[in-house]
Amino acid sequence: MSVPRFWRRLKNIYNLIGTHCNKCGSFLYPPRNMCPKCRRNGMTTPFKFKGFGEVVTYTIVHTGAKDYTKLTPYILAIIKLEEGPRLTSQVICDHSQIRIGMKVKAAFRKLGEESEKGMIYYGTKFVPMED
Amino acid sequence: MRDVAIIGVGCTEFGELWDKSFRELFVEAGVSAIEDANVQGGKIDALYVGNMSGGRFIEQEHLGALIADYSGLASLHIPSTRVEAACASGGLALRQGIIAVASGYHDIVIAGGAEKMTDVGVETTTDALAAASDREWEGIMGATFPGLYAMMARLHMHKYGTTQEQLASVAVKNHHNGTMNPKAQFQNEITIDTVINSVMVADPLHVFDCSPISDGASAVVIAPADIAKKYTDTPIYVKASAQASGTISLHDRPDITTIDATVAAANWAYKMAKIAPKDINFAEVHDCFTIAEICAIEDLGFVKKGEGGKAAESGLTAIGGKIPVNPSGGLKACGHPVGATGVKQAVEMVLQLRGEAGKRQIAGANIGLTHNVGGSGGTAVVHIFGRDK
Amino acid sequence: MSVGIVSYGAYIPRYRIRVEEIAKVWGANPNSIVDGLMVYEKSVPDLDEDTITIAVEAARHAINRAGIDPQEIGALYTGSESHPYAVKPSSTVVAEAIGATPNLTVADFEFACKAGTAAIQTCMGMVDSGMIKLGMAIGSDVAQGAPGDALEYTAAAGGVAYVIGKKDLVANIESTYSFTTDTPDFWRREGMPYPEHGGRFTGEPGYFKHVASAAQGLMNKMGTKPSDYDYAIFHQPNGKFPMRVAKMLGFSSEQIKPGLVVTRLGNTYSGSCMMGLAATLDIAKAGDRIFMTSFGSGAGSDSFSFTVTDRIEEIRNGAPSIEKLMANPIYIDYATYARHKNKIKL
Repeated sequence: MSVPRFWRRLKNIYNLIGTHCNKCGSFLYPPRNMCPKCRRNGMTTPFKFKGFGEVVTYTIVHTGAKDYTKLTPYILAIIKLEEGPRLTSQVICDHSQIRIGMKVKAAFRKLGEESEKGMIYYGTKFVPMED
Repeated sequence: MRDVAIIGVGCTEFGELWDKSFRELFVEAGVSAIEDANVQGGKIDALYVGNMSGGRFIEQEHLGALIADYSGLASLHIPSTRVEAACASGGLALRQGIIAVASGYHDIVIAGGAEKMTDVGVETTTDALAAASDREWEGIMGATFPGLYAMMARLHMHKYGTTQEQLASVAVKNHHNGTMNPKAQFQNEITIDTVINSVMVADPLHVFDCSPISDGASAVVIAPADIAKKYTDTPIYVKASAQASGTISLHDRPDITTIDATVAAANWAYKMAKIAPKDINFAEVHDCFTIAEICAIEDLGFVKKGEGGKAAESGLTAIGGKIPVNPSGGLKACGHPVGATGVKQAVEMVLQLRGEAGKRQIAGANIGLTHNVGGSGGTAVVHIFGRDK
Repeated sequence: MSVGIVSYGAYIPRYRIRVEEIAKVWGANPNSIVDGLMVYEKSVPDLDEDTITIAVEAARHAINRAGIDPQEIGALYTGSESHPYAVKPSSTVVAEAIGATPNLTVADFEFACKAGTAAIQTCMGMVDSGMIKLGMAIGSDVAQGAPGDALEYTAAAGGVAYVIGKKDLVANIESTYSFTTDTPDFWRREGMPYPEHGGRFTGEPGYFKHVASAAQGLMNKMGTKPSDYDYAIFHQPNGKFPMRVAKMLGFSSEQIKPGLVVTRLGNTYSGSCMMGLAATLDIAKAGDRIFMTSFGSGAGSDSFSFTVTDRIEEIRNGAPSIEKLMANPIYIDYATYARHKNKIKL
């Protein structure tokens, strides 16, 4: 991902800042400037999520994505945040521990880097609540 | 709006075709289709090309022009359009061609699809395919295609008790069908054990649960139904063409185990054709991964939600079963040159409905359905074809 | 002085490698290494952790512990020997990740293992002068030890953050005193993956001279003596050095015990002393007096005298203690360790 594209979203991905539609009350993460329910009639404002959620589904990726080949095998999961929206992230825990319904919380980790000379991407992954 | 028919089809073999370039593949498929349709080049009114990622695979965009030029049609200035919807690019190109003829805007139209995936290394291919997901919120977190479908599979197994063996049975069936398709990339039989013992790509999907990387092209010639018989004794009629969008990311999908774009497109298609799922004799569905076929037969209404695994395992979807699915071998065994797949599915429809499918002929094939999906379900295209108008 | 610690927070990665495991690879006698260093195991970062991620987690714990409004932080400094970028501050990422941006000043510090305490002193000055309301000083490292070198046994990973202010203090900083000379006992050149060190030269002319001088200097300045303190923390490159310098100065092994985390953690470099202080604050009572002297190769020492207030009981449980952070470690072998520390050349 290019530098400007990552930079534009960095506050969101570091701090789990999404949007809240004041019209229908929907919580949206990833952030959107148009509420999918209300469309033009919606009123969206930034909203910081607490970072607690539970695992909806997961997989253990053995053949990694481009920036993640050094991290395999890693747990990729869809997590439902307490406030409602679902997001895709990694869960850092023992592979025998991961299960649907596991309670997790946000952790700040390195997502990858462009190259040895390039930018380092940071963001939010998840760890078990008990950690 | 007038009725539309397919009067000719053509398809290259699918596989790792080192000797053939992208443009050679499309021209080969296009020429086969035109010959099959007994149509002169000068009669073609428009071209639609489905292709997912010419830019990443062969560093080439502007494919409409490239194809028209290399088909020798540039001198006739035929309008040529490249269409993209990730893995549904072919289905979309087909639909655009159908709409062009149905609307009366054009008469004879070629709709084709092509992809040349093996000129770059596997890492680039995988990353190019990942562009079908949400790059900013799935890709950046390490989501791969197999990873996304694996999460669908994990939840399907959790909710409905679907098993690894049931997933594997889809691959076994499609490989068996592939042995009867001379164009298929894989023409070998495999067993449940082959699948389950193969390398894990993204738990629970093994290598053999995943469709391969392939080169290939297919094309069909579309004409108005009322003049179709001028070109062929066996025109195959398009009874419905429907397309639906869904969320691009899997995490925003209302039900992670249902591709609601498939449900929507299928409902529109059944309505258009004035039939119900039980009236479909056979189908070519989008089995990019084994779980995708299981979800597809549920979402298309062939079986109840959650019963897809059992259906596959029981032989319901085998050739000779109640509703044969993927007689061509599907994406798994026939291969998945991304842009070509949606059109190849139509080619299979026509061969089956004409009675020209050789060893894999489905007895009594009368109405068939094709189902082509983009990404993890952001686009779905459903067509229904029949022998009668 | 009316400034002090408003809050503190730490982070320690889960992975550990035992000294025997490293000794095995290099054919060294594990018992003599353990005896010589008084270190049993060290912390190792996860594949996706680095100085910045550790600093962020420590900073977030500090914010949460006392319910601090990050917008009130006027300055943030991260000290490390392993900043991920040679140019581009770790502190901007940390500031963004705790929601402290944009109205603050930020910079990175480097002074070997005392970068964090130097940052504390800077924050003290800025707070005391009224320039800022709150300042955050972080010491965080993913320390590098060359394969086969003595430092490999102790170079660990961890980070600690302190919030300095004038109000709602958990500990007053009564005074600080520093002793600095140009002494090349340990260094790393730009672009080199591992540091060089002077072997035994790092002892007397390095560590002992500076720690003792700074400690004595502070006690002279304040007119205090070791028995006036309940606890003491000295920089911990291994377990032996702090015990020896404590004895030299007249502090007892009881006083330094709670803060001696190095035996189970290794040397977290910029976080070393600060980690020991956090472990001590975790158990200290109101009225306790704490003495701390850091050491950074190059060389210098910063000495501090603290008095704990009763507020410590109120906010102590707002974030994990050092004991909690050290619980449930995951032990790995040398091969996994080498993978985590990028020691395998690709």
